[in-house]
Amino acid sequence: MISLSYFLVFAAALFCIGLYGVLARKNAIAILMGIELMLNAVIINLIAFWRFRSPEMIAGQAFAVIVFAVAAAEVAVGLALFISIYRRRNTIAADEIDLLKW
Amino acid sequence: MTVLQVIFLITAVVTLGGAVMVVTARNLIHAALWLILTLFGVAVLYGLLNATFFTVIQVVIYIGAIAILMIFAIMLTRRVKQEAGSSVNKGWWLAGLMSLVLFTALVWMFSTWSGFQTTLPVMPANVDTIKVLGTALVSPNGYVIPFEIASVLLMAALIGAVVVAWERKS
Repeated sequence: MISLSYFLVFAAALFCIGLYGVLARKNAIAILMGIELMLNAVIINLIAFWRFRSPEMIAGQAFAVIVFAVAAAEVAVGLALFISIYRRRNTIAADEIDLLKW
Repeated sequence: MTVLQVIFLITAVVTLGGAVMVVTARNLIHAALWLILTLFGVAVLYGLLNATFFTVIQVVIYIGAIAILMIFAIMLTRRVKQEAGSSVNKGWWLAGLMSLVLFTALVWMFSTWSGFQTTLPVMPANVDTIKVLGTALVSPNGYVIPFEIASVLLMAALIGAVVVAWERKS
């Protein structure tokens, strides 16, 4: 029988892979992809807890909808920023965008 | 092993393999395509959890909008020189170590929790989850305020993205 542990361990693994992508990748768009993986892991956790702990209440799904909206907003603004940075500095490598570094 | 377990394990292996390819692929377009595979795997898991509404919006929003937007952004910001060098920074081993430590710590913490082995409860009969969710999102007794704030956030992101990416002709 499938248990909550399957989904929790899977989501933890997905979150950690995304974290590695965020911390290690150079390209800013690759970092954004890592963030997407992490957000997906969070949504899986929310829905798994809803399904296994309280399927008669809808709170888990309602929160997951909000996370979806935030993820979409974050990607739209993030990609617009990267395109704007690329136009001005001709790079989107995270280690070359060091205008604020003393 | 039940059918559900077999489906879960196959999906989990494909999804995690895709996720590893997303963070390791040198070519960003390939990384974006692996991201689409990963998002599909996650959509299947939503289906396994009886959250059919999320399966649909995962495909429509994540794969249909976000992944395609990313591919567009990659094509708009390509540079040949950049793809010749390493795709990870100097501290990549530290990042990998931190992720491994976090994973081990999370699994250890989960395993000490009493609800870790909760088995799948039966879905309450005669309840249309999508209808309940839709009502809850717009009901004053439910989640109408978070829902409206999310709408304002999306509107702000829409205008913000246009303003930020606007090319000013001086």
